[in-house]
Amino acid sequence: MAWLRMEGSEVGSVAATVASHTDSNVILWFRTFNAICRSGFRRHATYRQAALAGVVTNTVFGFLRCYVLLAVAGAAGTAGGYDRAQLVTFVWVGQGLLAVVLLWGWTDLADRIRTGDIAGDLLRPVHPVTSYLATDLGRAGYAVLARMLPPILVGPLFFDVHLPARWPTVPLFVGSVVLAVVLCFACRFLVNATAYWLQDVRGPMVLWTLGSGVLAGLYFPLRFLPEEIQRVLWFGTPFPSLLQTPLDVLVERDPPATQAGLVALQAGWVVLLLAGCRLVQRRAERRLVVQGG
Amino acid sequence: MAEAGGTLAAYRALLGAQARAQTAYRTSFVIDLLGNVGATVFDVVTVLVLYGVTRELGGFTLRETLVMVGLTAFAFAVADLLVGNIERLPRYVRTGLFDAVLLRPLGALPQLLLMDLPLRKVSRGLFGLAVWVTALAGAGIEWTPSRVALAVVAPLAAVVFFGSVFVATATVSFFWVESGELANSVTYGGRDFASYPVTVFAGWFRAAFAYGLGFAFVSYQPALALLGRADPLGLPAWAGWAAPGVALVALAGASLTWRVGVRHYRSTGS
Repeated sequence: MAWLRMEGSEVGSVAATVASHTDSNVILWFRTFNAICRSGFRRHATYRQAALAGVVTNTVFGFLRCYVLLAVAGAAGTAGGYDRAQLVTFVWVGQGLLAVVLLWGWTDLADRIRTGDIAGDLLRPVHPVTSYLATDLGRAGYAVLARMLPPILVGPLFFDVHLPARWPTVPLFVGSVVLAVVLCFACRFLVNATAYWLQDVRGPMVLWTLGSGVLAGLYFPLRFLPEEIQRVLWFGTPFPSLLQTPLDVLVERDPPATQAGLVALQAGWVVLLLAGCRLVQRRAERRLVVQGG
Repeated sequence: MAEAGGTLAAYRALLGAQARAQTAYRTSFVIDLLGNVGATVFDVVTVLVLYGVTRELGGFTLRETLVMVGLTAFAFAVADLLVGNIERLPRYVRTGLFDAVLLRPLGALPQLLLMDLPLRKVSRGLFGLAVWVTALAGAGIEWTPSRVALAVVAPLAAVVFFGSVFVATATVSFFWVESGELANSVTYGGRDFASYPVTVFAGWFRAAFAYGLGFAFVSYQPALALLGRADPLGLPAWAGWAAPGVALVALAGASLTWRVGVRHYRSTGS
């Protein structure tokens, strides 16, 4: 409960001075955003044991997937355009990235809609999409330290990894990860927001869980699929932009121009889906009836 | 005798209440059925995609690997249906719900399992069975009476094995409440491990999962026996028949850890 109080005091003090005209003051907007971000970080930093358990699990799956993909590469040493070292990096960074973008297990918004707690969010002078995004970025920041670094460090101890050979790859990867986090947040927000209409979000959640794992490139690199299917997935769905794109950028699967193109495509999806979130939120607020408020 | 009948009636009441509750919202239930089968479908699709890129995985062809995939998918789905819900134990321990379970004059484990029997997972078991039968039919097995027997016994042993793994890993939460998804690394990790030939893996990781935890005997060794292949890793042919024995050892281990765990349980005091 400590984080709640902290969030309340910090955000409250900032928000109280700006009333409802948050948008007009950019500096205050950033300070608010920052404060929510930091409280998101602190909130998740309290769950240290859960993070440790998660790291162990990700590491076990890292070994599993790594051995399987190396077996796919087999004697030839390549598969789907990746060499062995690239596949190793793909798997281990992917295991870390999984917890950073947080594909699964986020039902905060849906729960608050169902219980009516969402009313509290709507009273705040910060747009719900903005405040949830800020919290999520804080969470992702903690996940980079606690969930992503360990598998990245463990992988090279047991396997030969691919290290970026071109320097622009590194900043491009960092940017791609940030975009992936925001994009994944937007997807989860939209899935959760179906609760405004459905109350029970099990159905959309099941579809999201199923689709996101396989179509984001977690189970196997999407480059293993036929070219036409790849194109449909990248341009027609946001899924490859969640994991596959940052990983492809990092292992330098493609020449620099394609790398940059993939990240630009990611950015396009981010803009589209964040706009979608705001639209959905506006439509939902118009019809929302909070029970017992 | 009357008491045993009463106990049985109580369990039946628990199960009946669950069935009615879960099917009350029909659309949700149907979506759940579909969603659950989808997860297993994607597991199989993953193997097919991998074989689209390579002809052999650890020295095994697609048809051979599918025997392992089918056996694992079917057995894991049934075990998950019957005892998989024990995964929720950490929540029961944290919220103190486990106190209520212990207070009732029924066994703690059967209660936990029946309190939330996930009927939606039935679809997964049926799909797993279909994969198992298809894989057997397509693998070009020379059927003998003993192989027919193995084709029936091996999945049953694997169900017992996976069920034991579910229970044993869940008891961790008696000692470490915040263990979260740790159990997944052995349950779902074990399922993924058993879906591929053991030859795919290497080093201490293979030794630990295949022989330390016993996952090699769940699907890999029985599949070798069915296919009539010698083990590239050198275990004798009878190892294919070790599955029931290994399953019983796992069962004994699981019931022991469960008993120790329950005895160790300290209420949250709420």
